[in-house]
Amino acid sequence: MSALLEASGVSVDYHRRGAPALRAVDGADLSLARGEILGLVGESGCGKSTLGRAVVGLLPAAGRIRFDGHPIVPLGRRRRAPGMRGLQMVFQDPYASLNPRRWVGDQVGDGYLLGGASRREALRRAGELLERVGLPADAARRYPHEFSGGQRQRIAIARTLAAEPSCIVADEPISALDASAQASVANLLVDLVRELDMGMVFISHDLSVVRQIADRTAVMYLGRVVEAGPTQELWSSPAHPYTRALISAVPRADGAGVLPVELPGDVPDPARPPSGCRFHPRCPLARPECSRDDPPLVVLRDGRSAACVLQNAGEPARPLADSTTHIGKDAT
Amino acid sequence: MGALLEVEDLTVWLATRRGPRMAVDGLSFQVGSGEIFGIAGESGSGKTMTAMALLGLLPHAARTSGKAVFEGRDLLSMSARQLRAVRGRRIAMVSQDPSTSLHPMLSIETQLTEHMRHHLGLGRSEARGRAVELLATVRIPDPEQALGAHAAQFSGGMRQRIAIAVALACEPRLLLADEPTTALDVTVQAGILRLLHRLRAERELAVVVITHDLGVLSAVADRICVMYGGRTAEVGPRENVLTRPRHPYTRGLLDALPHPEGGAAALRPIPGSPPSLGEVPEGCPFHPRCGYAVPDCRTERPAPVLVEPGHASACPPDPLGGIA
Repeated sequence: MSALLEASGVSVDYHRRGAPALRAVDGADLSLARGEILGLVGESGCGKSTLGRAVVGLLPAAGRIRFDGHPIVPLGRRRRAPGMRGLQMVFQDPYASLNPRRWVGDQVGDGYLLGGASRREALRRAGELLERVGLPADAARRYPHEFSGGQRQRIAIARTLAAEPSCIVADEPISALDASAQASVANLLVDLVRELDMGMVFISHDLSVVRQIADRTAVMYLGRVVEAGPTQELWSSPAHPYTRALISAVPRADGAGVLPVELPGDVPDPARPPSGCRFHPRCPLARPECSRDDPPLVVLRDGRSAACVLQNAGEPARPLADSTTHIGKDAT
Repeated sequence: MGALLEVEDLTVWLATRRGPRMAVDGLSFQVGSGEIFGIAGESGSGKTMTAMALLGLLPHAARTSGKAVFEGRDLLSMSARQLRAVRGRRIAMVSQDPSTSLHPMLSIETQLTEHMRHHLGLGRSEARGRAVELLATVRIPDPEQALGAHAAQFSGGMRQRIAIAVALACEPRLLLADEPTTALDVTVQAGILRLLHRLRAERELAVVVITHDLGVLSAVADRICVMYGGRTAEVGPRENVLTRPRHPYTRGLLDALPHPEGGAAALRPIPGSPPSLGEVPEGCPFHPRCGYAVPDCRTERPAPVLVEPGHASACPPDPLGGIA
């Protein structure tokens, strides 16, 4: 399986006036195949959005990022290389990403105009795309404010499709939407990926949606990918204690009245990450060496990888020891 | 468990450019002392306006009718002066975003103590002592030092804990929490939910949790009211509403959630979108989106009726009644 989008050792620094640079992503690895949905999850501030922006070239990054065999060049004043058109991004807030003063059809058709189509032709094809994402064809001659949040996100998706992408990076594409719109926009994205044989990085803080739609999941903590693997296996037997903590914090709407498990402590300041394994101060399974040794992300068996001393390269993921005595205690 | 708050036929009209529009339409519910009552609904369902009406904080030129009896007195007919004595003292509120509900320039101590001194007439050192206790109650590390700090020095989860401490300062009997965890990560959300659950037990505090997230209500609520188009669709004990819903809207909300066991099945959205203010359809407000609608649903406006003890649903055809 050759990778459509591949990132290794990616680091992104934010330069701040009067303060040392902040390393938001620090040596993260990702790979995505055609027709695959990769869920990228983690707490806020873990660097998942920054990594998403870096892999499409919206942010300058150190490390190696390749799309379809070409290196990614960060967006600058020059025209984007033609090979990069196939890599597109969907943003969180469809209220901010659409121009309120232009017809929806014109905004969707921009991609065709760049490809050399006439305005009339672009508008006609934009109408087709709008129908494809579940909107009426006359939507092309209307303005964004005439649509609900879910419809606007469909418009934003139609606009990326005009570039005929082979890969989409979607950053929290359903987080700003109502419950029922969330489900329908998520379904639309899945359908498009399957139908057009694209790849998609689906960045979300909503773990239950990622579990439902992602083929593989990557979990980030403090600028690093700490675990990645097929979604079902990662959920049923997490290999990294942080993955398990995230999963057990998700409340279920099953009516059972079970309080979710709390992960004590806050995400540390990324400007001053802890020594050794970055998760060790919050880790219920931490050993003495964890405060000293920084474990790399190693490849395990069955397409899984993890960055934890408890896991050994080339071996199947070892089940994590029960830690209820630590995290199960009422730490409120 | 006598009702601490009894809302009866609450109706709220908001002033719009096209005249008054109904945001809450004849809502009734009770909250007992020490009970966690959940109000669920999508945007525009009227859940936030319900809380604002109880606090007398509705936007300018809004009108209300009905009753909201709290500790024997009707909040809706109180004067502004009487309300000020209740608000922050007997009823407190926690809002979604702690970075806007806390003042950025005032110290945590000032924000925690000003209403204790105002409402309870405490002196500076007495109020300070209680502020330290409160911060310890909501598990802020090093409370003494936290008093001198400002909101920006804390993480989102810690800020929400401080906002809860501010709300608890005058020992209210009722806490209104509007989307208290929506802006937080799941790991932090878990801590806040545990905190609300503990406060209820320790202080017999009644909490109304308003959220769109049924998972949150499943974790902490004793009873749940599902709102749609300003009205009650369904109300009852947590387990009944979430495992044996009787209203098609509740069923639809639950079906739209990702399946807890995962799997490749597609998500099942409710078709259409919720009505916006002033555009609530005639008849049952949910009928245009309902897979079970019958002709009567277009004309009859159903009120909630008991379907089993303590569990009411506003759906007379009751298509889910026969399904266990």
